[in-house]
Amino acid sequence: MGLLARRNLFHDKVRFAVTLTGIVFALVLIIIQFGLFLGFTTTTSNNIDHSNADLWIVFRGVGYFDTARDFSEQKLYQVLATPGVERAEKYMQAFGRWKRPDGRIESIQVIGFHPGRGLGEPWNVVQGSVADLKQEDSVLVDELYREKLGVEKIGDRVEIGDHRARVVGFTRGIRSFTTSPFVYAAFKNSLDYTNPTSSEDRTAYILVKAAAGVAPKELQKQLSERLTDVDIYTMAEFSRKTRFYWMFTTGAGLAVLTAALMGLVVGVAVVAQTIYAATMDHIREYGTLKAMGATNRYLYRVLIEQAVWSAVLGYGLAMIVAHFIVDASAKGGAVILMPWSMSAGMLVLAVVMCIAAALVSINKVTRIDPAMVFRG
Amino acid sequence: MRQVHSKQVIRAKGLSKIYREGAAEFRALQSVDLDVHAGELTLMMGPSGSGKTTLLSILGCILRASDGRLEILGEDVGSLPEGELPRIRREAIGFVFQAFNLFPTLTAAENVALALDVRGIRGPVAQKRGEELLAEVGLAQKARSFPADLSGGQKQRVAIARALAGDPPILLADEPTAALDSTSGRTVIELLQRLAHEHGRAVVMVTHDPRVLLFGDRIVHLEDGRIVKEKRNVQTRRDETSSFGEAPMAAGLSNQFSI
Repeated sequence: MGLLARRNLFHDKVRFAVTLTGIVFALVLIIIQFGLFLGFTTTTSNNIDHSNADLWIVFRGVGYFDTARDFSEQKLYQVLATPGVERAEKYMQAFGRWKRPDGRIESIQVIGFHPGRGLGEPWNVVQGSVADLKQEDSVLVDELYREKLGVEKIGDRVEIGDHRARVVGFTRGIRSFTTSPFVYAAFKNSLDYTNPTSSEDRTAYILVKAAAGVAPKELQKQLSERLTDVDIYTMAEFSRKTRFYWMFTTGAGLAVLTAALMGLVVGVAVVAQTIYAATMDHIREYGTLKAMGATNRYLYRVLIEQAVWSAVLGYGLAMIVAHFIVDASAKGGAVILMPWSMSAGMLVLAVVMCIAAALVSINKVTRIDPAMVFRG
Repeated sequence: MRQVHSKQVIRAKGLSKIYREGAAEFRALQSVDLDVHAGELTLMMGPSGSGKTTLLSILGCILRASDGRLEILGEDVGSLPEGELPRIRREAIGFVFQAFNLFPTLTAAENVALALDVRGIRGPVAQKRGEELLAEVGLAQKARSFPADLSGGQKQRVAIARALAGDPPILLADEPTAALDSTSGRTVIELLQRLAHEHGRAVVMVTHDPRVLLFGDRIVHLEDGRIVKEKRNVQTRRDETSSFGEAPMAAGLSNQFSI
């Protein structure tokens, strides 16, 4: 039966190419949509996930990263006085206006932190260093946004708010989910860039590092008993809340998931149509097999083997195409992630999709009247 | 010398088949009685719509009779559930079709091996048996040819080899010579006759082809779903001097066939 399945499948090369095209199209569409979804979700919580903090303390009611509200730094001292806390740092983020050297204005998201203290720092610094941010009026930006921000090299000068700023380094691959690129600065400078009237004794977040051997959950509980008017999240909780906000309350996630679902539906339809057409072309052969005494189970196996062959070959091609697209996306504004778990999941999905597509044909073959073999 | 095989392999009693479409009803077969014996080549003749193919389909267990009793090798197939019929077809029956019904994407040997595969025989055993069967029908050298590269007669011989894959005691053939020229047709009918006479199989063949009349041991004539005439060939072997291409029509055979 294996031989018949393969020969019938590969015999009509044009039809088989159409089948493979349908599978590749569907899988690549799904990979891109899910990859974008993963990329987006990772992007939204990037600063949290790389913060090296065990706990994030925010003003009560602040449910995600991008809506900060400041509060007194007194809370910082309460935190530092709590047993089990190794370190705690102020951290802020706020939207600002970036004036390019050519005078054009861009919206940015300024991140303020204390350089050199190991909490909330940017990562993947490819030019300059985090320590350079200790210099006055200095900022770090991501090289992805060089063009958008109108800067090319270290030393380029711009204005943020009405304050002078100088690029002292570049990071690589730190994307912003919003259209406003992240700009990293020392805490005090970040206040000057975004809200010069703000007092330095306030903060938008407190990042906490638990002492060795202290469970973040336990520390979270202790801090909750001491602090008022704030919410305390573990890093994972705050990351999850931020991702959930952007993906499911803004509709962005629904859009990409819907597109992925559409890919799946289109894929099943295309593959079902081509497998069905191939089955109908060979319908007399299936009738002959039945007359020869083949059971329905035997016929299912022929069709399912064809579906699995289609799935595996289509998957292989789709992976090649998807890798090109994923690699290209690394240089663009929207990253597409394809972890190995997704690659493995896609193989399972491809097989399930093709078998589902073959069900229409299986149903048809089951109903063949073997007496058809005697008709001309 | 022809071997004597008197074993009854098919016993049909009162077979009827009614096709219904809405209120309309068509009686394709009406109370047909037929016994088929091993070692005999039985020809079923009759005009179009007389019920020959319906009867062949019922005898082949691919169509159920509306009424009557059918025994294949002593087993009452009418009482078997639908799912058991493929087993009867695998174990007892081989089919030969007018249009050959070979699998175009498989070679001659693979076509035969597929019939073995359906019976759970695979690998080198199936390959060897496939080649043996092709040798039996005189096509050993065409084992690796695809159907498109074979003549009509060769295709039909591959189909016969395939029908023999399960070593069935019964061969049912639906107009196997209709699409063939006289030489190929003669080769095929001689092969079917040999399978009956020398191998002891019961061969039932639906035909319109007057050229094959002399080869049958028995002629069953159907009209309007009934067996209206049954003749038996008085000769034990066909006349070696008769020509396949010049065989007389049934009407002129009274001196050679007895009722």
